[in-house]
Amino acid sequence: MILQRKDVLGLEDLSAEEILGTLDIAGRFRAVFDRPVRSVPIMRGRTVVNFFHEPSTRTRISFELAEKRLSADIVNFSTVDSSFKKGETLRDTAENLAAMKIDMLVIRHSSSGAARYLAEVLKCSVINAGDGAHEHPTQGLLDIMTMRQRLGDLRGRKVTIIGDIAHSRVARSNIWGLTKLGAEVTLCGPPTMVPGALAKLGEHVKVEHDLKRAVADADVLNVLRIQLERGAGKAFPGNREYHRMYGITGDVVRGLKPEAFIMHPGPMNRDVEIASEVADGPRQVILDQVANGVAVRMALIYLLSGGDPGALAGGAQ
Amino acid sequence: MEWSWERIPAEYLVTDVFVCRQGKVGKRKGFLHVKRGRVEGLGVGAPTLEGVPVLDGGGLVLAPGFVDLHVHFREPGGEEKETVASGSRAAAAGGFTSVVTMPNTDPAIDNAGMVRYLIQRGNEAGLVRVFPTGAVSPGRRGEGMCEFGAMVEAGAVGFTDDGSPVRDGSLMSGALKYAGHLGVPVITHAEDTTITGGGCMHAGYWSARLGLAGMPRAGEDAAVFRDIELARAAGGHLHVAHVSTKGAVEIIRRAKAEGVRVTAEATPHHFSLDHARCRDFSPLFKMSPPLREPDDVNAVAEGLADGTIDCIATDHAPHTATEKEYQFDQAPFGVVGLETAFAVGVTYLVRTGVLDLGGLVACLAERPARVLNLPAGGLDEGGEADFVLLDPEQEWTVQAADLRSRSRNSAYLGETLRGRVKATFLRGRLTWRDRLGVQE
Repeated sequence: MILQRKDVLGLEDLSAEEILGTLDIAGRFRAVFDRPVRSVPIMRGRTVVNFFHEPSTRTRISFELAEKRLSADIVNFSTVDSSFKKGETLRDTAENLAAMKIDMLVIRHSSSGAARYLAEVLKCSVINAGDGAHEHPTQGLLDIMTMRQRLGDLRGRKVTIIGDIAHSRVARSNIWGLTKLGAEVTLCGPPTMVPGALAKLGEHVKVEHDLKRAVADADVLNVLRIQLERGAGKAFPGNREYHRMYGITGDVVRGLKPEAFIMHPGPMNRDVEIASEVADGPRQVILDQVANGVAVRMALIYLLSGGDPGALAGGAQ
Repeated sequence: MEWSWERIPAEYLVTDVFVCRQGKVGKRKGFLHVKRGRVEGLGVGAPTLEGVPVLDGGGLVLAPGFVDLHVHFREPGGEEKETVASGSRAAAAGGFTSVVTMPNTDPAIDNAGMVRYLIQRGNEAGLVRVFPTGAVSPGRRGEGMCEFGAMVEAGAVGFTDDGSPVRDGSLMSGALKYAGHLGVPVITHAEDTTITGGGCMHAGYWSARLGLAGMPRAGEDAAVFRDIELARAAGGHLHVAHVSTKGAVEIIRRAKAEGVRVTAEATPHHFSLDHARCRDFSPLFKMSPPLREPDDVNAVAEGLADGTIDCIATDHAPHTATEKEYQFDQAPFGVVGLETAFAVGVTYLVRTGVLDLGGLVACLAERPARVLNLPAGGLDEGGEADFVLLDPEQEWTVQAADLRSRSRNSAYLGETLRGRVKATFLRGRLTWRDRLGVQE
């Protein structure tokens, strides 16, 4: 068994072996994508509910594709915060879903901790598709998969994450996953977005507010989306200032180590956190991330539903 | 005549007890003589009084009934969380014989009629003395001042917009002056919401790790500082509710030394628990002010020990199970505290050597009564016989089903604490008798 657990709520909970084992399976699924028939029948008859309590396009589509390629039955269920007023609690929703006998729940929620809560009250497997500013483990896994495709073993590798770390679940999942695999993580952004307390998350996590210093010896830049609607004017003066201070421009990229590359979880704010020149340039691996996202989600769904990695070897090759 | 728990006689003796008052536990066993609800006598030894029934205290500690300066009984408007009657039962079970209610009900306690209504509801329940506070501003909207004079006449013992701060500094200043001349304090919920706004836990390592919005210490420190400076200038009496930061303790310590008329309280959760408790996203650890860092917890405990913080108050804040099923950032602030206050005090202050038992009892009885000048909290000949019997050694595990509050949102569920309130008497009448673990 690669994953000895019911749920995947965050990379904080996973061991290095679980992360590597999952990525190994994801690699085998990734190979299926290049075949004319991209689906495998291993989740036939199983029901997966995608419960998105916060707007999302990419993550939801990626999960749906992963589920479809595994031949699962899918129910999509979206709400926005306004329709979830007091009176209907997450517990009510969860119990309704459980009564309908589902095998797996994928949840995206605006509150940190929501996925964990559902995992406690539900018997079925729960995959966290992003909870508040807490964790986004599938994004973390796909980021790590993308890094490993280029760099192999991540031990001693230097990953710099740039952006609004305080509000980023992507950053937290990256930090947990990368440090477990032995990478060194530098968090970069203005002090309003990168609280010093985050350096205490691990021995190999550091905070560096100066972009030049933060990227000087980096192997990877993971550039986060700046939430334009969040904290503008308080966390940073504006987009122009952010771009000047922390934007990943052609000049920044030209100063990197020659083999260093650029990642972005999307959707991009072009010419805010990343210059178009870089977003469209040869050093970015953004579309690899997207493809890996489907594979990683297939692997998790497969493993949590009791899939046998040995059986997969024949089926997916 | 025999002693009877079922029919408490009008006159009786409690013997074989260690009497605890004015911060000290008697070294020798003593007695309390109660007659028609009053203390007829107390002292060491055991007098023989013909025909007077005797309750054998079995070596327990006999102390004044506790006084809580900060409870939310939610009536009117929040009866699904707590009522004056259910809150009174919880208070009695916690050893309290007097409570000060907060006015953030719906509607708020913002006129003399509402003050009288609450006192009447307290009398109907008959388990605890209810001393209401009134709102500073009508509807707690932070604009204008309530009729403090009429409300004090009706029985209000202080004014506060607790739950929310008084944002308008000139209103706070006016309230301090005006209440000061009526001989009552303004109680501040010290929080600068322009600093803490949107936060749901202490801003620090755990909020950063969990991805929850933080409430910086500075939000409390700045507000305490402002209100103290206003009190210094106004000359009124400022009482600082639920102190939770080391900075606030230090500011209050200095102000007291400089002669500002400021008093302060701290809750059991702020001297016992820190922000790491939020690690599993349980809303049972969501309160305002939030659980802070270990050095804040220690500073609060030290503040109680050196008198900077005058007393312990529970900030008993009941919420329904449903509300505490919301996600951490959506759930309401607050926890119940009446039934665990003494045990948390024994476990986290006495057993750690911060206070001795006498000191803890003073923080729960005499000292809070003195803050608001309440006719309670003491045991004196001729005074009313409000008292408790305590077992400071008994261990017990906090279980939701055993709580008498209508709400069970305790931060100590499942925790084993030491120190148990065995019986509570109000005006000589039994209001609580512990049957936990007793086979009858």
